[in-house]
Amino acid sequence: MNGVEAVVIGASAGGVAALFKVLGALPEGFAIPVLCVLHLPGDRHSPLAEVLQRRLHRPVREARDKELIAPGLIYVAGPGYHLSVERDLCLSLSQEDPVHFSRPAIDFLFQSAADAYGAGLLGILLTGANEDGAEGLLHIKNSGGRTVVQDPREAQVALMPEAALALQQPDHILSLSGIGRLLATLEPRAC
Amino acid sequence: MINERNTDIEIRLLMEAIYLKYSYDFREYSGASIKRRILHAVRQFDCRTVSALQERVLHDPGMFMQLLQYLTIPVSEMFRDPGHFLALRGEVVPLLRTWPSLKVWIAGCSTGEEVYSMAILLREEGLLERTILYATDINPRSLEKAKQGIYPLQDMQAYAENYRKAGGRRDFSEYYTAAYGNAIIDSSLRENVTFADHSLATDSVFSETQLVSCRNVLIYFNKPLQDRALGLFHESLCHRGFLVLGSKESLEFSAYSGRFEALVRPERIYRKS
Repeated sequence: MNGVEAVVIGASAGGVAALFKVLGALPEGFAIPVLCVLHLPGDRHSPLAEVLQRRLHRPVREARDKELIAPGLIYVAGPGYHLSVERDLCLSLSQEDPVHFSRPAIDFLFQSAADAYGAGLLGILLTGANEDGAEGLLHIKNSGGRTVVQDPREAQVALMPEAALALQQPDHILSLSGIGRLLATLEPRAC
Repeated sequence: MINERNTDIEIRLLMEAIYLKYSYDFREYSGASIKRRILHAVRQFDCRTVSALQERVLHDPGMFMQLLQYLTIPVSEMFRDPGHFLALRGEVVPLLRTWPSLKVWIAGCSTGEEVYSMAILLREEGLLERTILYATDINPRSLEKAKQGIYPLQDMQAYAENYRKAGGRRDFSEYYTAAYGNAIIDSSLRENVTFADHSLATDSVFSETQLVSCRNVLIYFNKPLQDRALGLFHESLCHRGFLVLGSKESLEFSAYSGRFEALVRPERIYRKS
């Protein structure tokens, strides 16, 4: 699968283990930026970025406002703020009301990234006990991007992938290891 | 299905129309968030398209005032991020004492929670009497609420907890009177507060200040507009004055990173260098 400029991943309940598995499969020198929203309790400090970085041995950052998205980095949304991608490919944070009780909301990241990257975006929705992300994933598909949903039979909590499948037939329905293999085949869009 | 390309064009036209007609400038706000809020308003007002909303907004100032409530984000609480206020008390107040009189600017004060938090802190430190606070915002309804200082009583428990963590030394309930499910903030706290309509996008500096607090406002601006606002703060602040930002805001990606030094970096407290 060629021509991917960015990958966005959303997950909720069961999402930490799923993220470890998917991101752990990224090959050495993987140059495509990956942006993740994982629902987390509370809105204070979260150690997710540090924990991921230690486990994955690759640079992981909590997304910062107006930071330019850099190749080869993994960004995670911090707690209490929505994360969006702007048209000039910088990140922005905001505190609009929670969506599906969640801030950060997967829908907001997916929708804004679809607007920014269009056909160059790959969206992945994983396990979760809530419908956040389904509409955003549909927006990615409608904007020409590619969509992947974790196989609900394998997901720790099937509600989130099932909500996505109720709205669209994604390009792939895969297990976590299948998603890992797919990511490993990605090649960045030639500039 | 809404046509995405058309929507983008319509949003730009709406921003331009609002600017030309009402002089409110949202053209350099962060695009992703402003788009969501406009589309939300389109649904709430039962408009078929953004253009339909524009038609109503252009011809009906009352409609614009309603839309303005969607375009601004009144999310606030008292002593939000208590560590920030604790650091203000510990690191900034001792230096503020060295000035015989103080001017403090709360930029983007929304419904006033930040203003009263600052006023309480300054009173407890014995500085409120010699301070003038300017509380500014672009939204007249928010400013009106800020002036009234009436908040839901049910929020007070969380605010009291914030206040305690922020180094508060009293019983937080001393600062308000409970009535009919509301908490009415002690009006003496705003004796030295001037509430004013001011836009960081279109207006200029109005006073020299020793401290500017602008929290969770800059995240809604794109980079050029952030730099414009920071330029106003830099110009307003006196020599070695203080700038305090929201917990996820920093000067790192701005044109002004070299013109302030971090005093307490994790709490986003900077000092003009």
